[in-house]
Amino acid sequence: MKEMKSQTLQAQEGRNAGFGTALSRVDGAAKVTGQAKYAAEFTRPDLLFGVVYTARIAKGKIKRIDTSRALAMDGVVDVLTHENSPRVTHFDLKLKDMSAPTVGHPFRALDSDDILYPGQPIALVVAETLEIARAAARLVDVDYEWQDFETDLKRATPFVPKVPGVGERKPKSRGKAEAAFASSPVQITGDYHLMPEHHNPMELFASTVFCEDDGRLTIYDKTQGVKNSHCYICNAMGFKRAKVRVLSPFVGGAFGSALRPQYQLWLAALAAKKLERSVRVVMTRQEMFGHGYRPECYNRIQLGADDQGHLKAIINSAVTGTSSYENYTESIVSWGGMLYQCDNAKLDYQIARVDTATPCNMRAPGGATGTNMFEIAMDELAYASNVDPLELRLRNYAERHQLKDRDYTSKALRDCYQRGARKFGWEKRSPEPRSMREGHELIGWGMATGVWDAMMAPTSVRATLHADGSLEVGTATADIGPGTYTMMTQIASDATGIPVERITAKLGDSDLPFAPVEGGSATAASAGTAVQKACHALMKQVLEQANQLENSPLSGARMEDVDLVGGRIQLSENPAQGMSFSEVFTAAGLDSLEAKKFGRPRMTRKARNTHSAVFVEVRVDEEVGMARVTRVVNAVAAGRIINPKTARSQIIGGVVFGIGMALEEESLADHRIGRWMNHNLAEYHVPVNADVPDIDVIFVEEEDHEASPIGVKGVGEIGVCGTAAAIANALFHATGKRLRDLPITIDKLVTD
Amino acid sequence: MKQATSPAGVERQDACPTRLTINGEIVELAIPPWTSLLDLLRERLALTGTKKGCDHGQCGACTVLIDGRRINSCLKLAVTLDGTEITTIEGLAGVDGSLHPLQEAFIRHDGFQCGYCTPGQICSAQGLLNEAQATTRAEIREHMSGNICRCGAYPNIVDAIEDVIHKRNSDPRMPE
Amino acid sequence: MNRFDYRRPSTLAEALSLATDPAVRYLAGGTNLIDLMKEDVERPLSLVDVNHLPLGNIEDTVEGGLKIGALVPNADLARAARITQRYPLLSSALLAGASPQLRNAATTGGNLLQRTRCYYFYDVATPCNKREPGSGCQAIGGLTRQHAILGASEHCIATHPSDMCVALAALQAVVHVESARGSRTIAFEDFHRLPGDTPERDSNLEPGELVTAVELPAESFDIHYSYLKLRDRQSYAFALVSVAAALRLEDGIVAEARLALGGVAHKPWRDREAEKQVLGQAPGREAFGRVADTILAGARGQGDNDFKIPLARRAIVRALDQAARAAPQRQVEKRIS
Repeated sequence: MKEMKSQTLQAQEGRNAGFGTALSRVDGAAKVTGQAKYAAEFTRPDLLFGVVYTARIAKGKIKRIDTSRALAMDGVVDVLTHENSPRVTHFDLKLKDMSAPTVGHPFRALDSDDILYPGQPIALVVAETLEIARAAARLVDVDYEWQDFETDLKRATPFVPKVPGVGERKPKSRGKAEAAFASSPVQITGDYHLMPEHHNPMELFASTVFCEDDGRLTIYDKTQGVKNSHCYICNAMGFKRAKVRVLSPFVGGAFGSALRPQYQLWLAALAAKKLERSVRVVMTRQEMFGHGYRPECYNRIQLGADDQGHLKAIINSAVTGTSSYENYTESIVSWGGMLYQCDNAKLDYQIARVDTATPCNMRAPGGATGTNMFEIAMDELAYASNVDPLELRLRNYAERHQLKDRDYTSKALRDCYQRGARKFGWEKRSPEPRSMREGHELIGWGMATGVWDAMMAPTSVRATLHADGSLEVGTATADIGPGTYTMMTQIASDATGIPVERITAKLGDSDLPFAPVEGGSATAASAGTAVQKACHALMKQVLEQANQLENSPLSGARMEDVDLVGGRIQLSENPAQGMSFSEVFTAAGLDSLEAKKFGRPRMTRKARNTHSAVFVEVRVDEEVGMARVTRVVNAVAAGRIINPKTARSQIIGGVVFGIGMALEEESLADHRIGRWMNHNLAEYHVPVNADVPDIDVIFVEEEDHEASPIGVKGVGEIGVCGTAAAIANALFHATGKRLRDLPITIDKLVTD
Repeated sequence: MKQATSPAGVERQDACPTRLTINGEIVELAIPPWTSLLDLLRERLALTGTKKGCDHGQCGACTVLIDGRRINSCLKLAVTLDGTEITTIEGLAGVDGSLHPLQEAFIRHDGFQCGYCTPGQICSAQGLLNEAQATTRAEIREHMSGNICRCGAYPNIVDAIEDVIHKRNSDPRMPE
Repeated sequence: MNRFDYRRPSTLAEALSLATDPAVRYLAGGTNLIDLMKEDVERPLSLVDVNHLPLGNIEDTVEGGLKIGALVPNADLARAARITQRYPLLSSALLAGASPQLRNAATTGGNLLQRTRCYYFYDVATPCNKREPGSGCQAIGGLTRQHAILGASEHCIATHPSDMCVALAALQAVVHVESARGSRTIAFEDFHRLPGDTPERDSNLEPGELVTAVELPAESFDIHYSYLKLRDRQSYAFALVSVAAALRLEDGIVAEARLALGGVAHKPWRDREAEKQVLGQAPGREAFGRVADTILAGARGQGDNDFKIPLARRAIVRALDQAARAAPQRQVEKRIS
């Protein structure tokens, strides 16, 4: 890689940019110069290109698949189908990746003549160039046998999943909600609906499999967890783990879609196994509608309250879609039940089978759906009980987690409400719908609460200090965009006093120590804790080495007696007395020192959550139904913030996801043919620059060393939770029209 | 002169001799007519800084500058560009390795997260500067709407571009 | 993409002589043709690259109008002083379309030849009368959010996606075409077709004919005009409904009215009878409403797109009102004037 000089990054040099420093991303120069390489960008002269052919029917059988015309094309090496693909494992259990649903049979590409869902890959054309493979894929000819199918959740049969998903709990009801609802003087009932959404990260899903001369495989994969892909593909294909290395140094967004290994990895590995040649498979944007997505959701919420708006009953039932072959579940109904003080709550959750690929986690899975639906219901209750929406939340504020009936490790939500409201100017709001107007535009102010889990997962980090004083910290986590490289560098700098430019963070390599998939906003707390522990252990080793030296200036010093400053270890009481790390290494005859440590959550019975208060202004031209978000203030309580610059970006990104959810995003299926039809970025609308106003982010810091040892809770998902509801609520305030069906597109605003 | 690699199996008779200037270097190659500029850059010239996000002109990740104008390279057949000058993200930084002011500004303002749309955003922003049609934030937003950022870095992208526009206006020595 | 020959003629005569077969396509900006070739919707045997023909100028006509060469890029046209000053409606419509990158590549002639937009037309896994005549229209009874409310047939309900063409329809442009057989002009209203029972044909261009220029008449509507585009996001999206409105007011009375609609039909939609209704009247929402009612009298929804009928009515009234107030919609400003 050519060395790029960034003045911005140079200006940061020499700093030990610890906690709370707005460090610019350490991988920034690589990203802005195009030097950062993603999974499809590693190449070798003998590389083959695989192009996918997908099923054109929703469900059924392949009666005949004719690949002869494709094979006849000059430069085509092979066409893999279920008829000629190498054998893979028979055992479903071996295909249970870290993010797989607990119940079901994971999908196997090219394994049989069964077609389970539209867009399923049924052939892989492998050729010498991408263009040849693409041209040849057009020539595959298939006869199908249709079978009955259902892709419409509305017509599918819901059932209660017997086993909750990983990390989920069966929603726990309390009290006597139905009776309490019946006797409540204020009642609201709402039927809410969220359309399916696809993640659509900018990078196309890609896997490049290199067959090395010694029989090893080096795989570049678009994944949120190299260990997950590594384990999965070895299990599936029968590869020896020691002979496979999975790398993913940069990931062009994922938002959950790369938590599970996607089928391009399977196909590339299958072709490499069969042909013993290096192969790359890249999905098209259209094909990326043929894998996981955020499931559609029907959610009925009934709230009962006294005439002051105090909640008396919550009845919340939801149905989300899953596939025919796996039980994908989410926590939808629990959020409102946990967030507000209410003695009676009835929570029901069901799933129903639709003939699509299995849905998968998408930014704040369950939470984005559940909090946003519930927070619209709370807004309805505010109007029904004639209480200001913010005041309603304060009246129902719960100091304890209502589902678990436990204290929180911290919950600065009250401060979020207050600081967010002040910044937004909420007190100037005129309460009546349709009461704020400027020219042709109705103005609406809405707010909502956001809540997400503060999770942490065991992660191992190796820290290596070299004789030249440079430090390397590595773990097999990912950086899908939040700034994991930067966060690891900062925590290492904080823990060692070594300036950031002397520190290298390594990730996205299955040879590195264990890390779980990057998801759930857990990585900063998990990898961060492990980095800190490993660095502390390493510094202890350095001091021990220094202690043992003859005439050591640090003889007898303990960790609590020393400071670590700029690559030097020195006595706190007499900074002149100390040694640089290099001096220690030279004197002790060392090349390097290494410490590997496991970070794990602290044991606590308390609940760990992040919270937010979102305030939104919308402007609606009522005549023609065009609505736009013009102001957003999002006040977030998520423990300590490692880097306010990158953390702010996470919240902004979450808010933009919320704008998409509220106003634009929906995957449209033609249920007669069971096919996603707007499978492109022209017709699946995600927000563009002109849709997004300036966004105010406020971090309400919490001192909380129970949530995670480093006090971090994570900020990847909280930005989307509540934002869509705040927008929908602002639209109600603007127009007086209560829209319960997301996204709220122009057609819903313009018709009565 | 740069030697382009020619993968095995390309039907020679279908390849058209084409001369391009890419990031200041003259490149002469035989290109099949169906090869897009994007695929040429990524697969044959190892210039993978230009990204493929949709391959249909719907996301802007593949934006490059052709004779100074921003263009979606996925929708251009490379053979049609014979004789043009193409600048990709790899060609924006100075020869001494110093970053372009836009690159600096994107880092400073955190105008990206995953980084995948970033080369396209920056090339597009350079195209916007060349067009000289945008100075206000609203204009920058509208004129950068051909570049989708799924991470949602838009406000920071606007900050970065606005910063460069202001600096250019206050310092005429800033590079064009 | 299928395999094809590639030719790059440098003279018009040479280009026209190469287009001997319907499976030969002229290639200009390529923003739609290459897209469709990648989708395997278009499978030309040969591409004739016309980018090197001398068709890139904007010239004044003796009649006081402008003749715009077919290769003038959309972005350049939108910014050309003669357009922004004299035909701001056209400039505004151009800037409402696509993205800056696409406008840099797309040409004046190519913009006219954009194929209609329809989920099903673009997806070769579904039948489509436009792609394969007689195979059926899967869009009817399916997802029709983006589809036509006017002039559709039982064979096709797709919509024309251009913004520029909507303005050109209102401005009564004339299309100049040439072929090996000679040259002719086509009135803009006659250039695009309704689907009828030949939905495979989007325009009345004959095989081998090349659009060489678009001519604008002298009447330019530089004061009372507006291009109002309603869509699913604030930029970079196809119109659900768009309206090009142009008025000439004399002593506060409407002396000339032009109105064209985008996103509602297989072609930019004009209704001259409706326009006449407002002549001789003072501009006002009631009068404009009557115009809208006339235009939409025959409108028919397909289900998902039923909303386009009330939306189109409101958009027509609003755009005419903007034009009357000389408060044209600005494409950067997202507030609707």
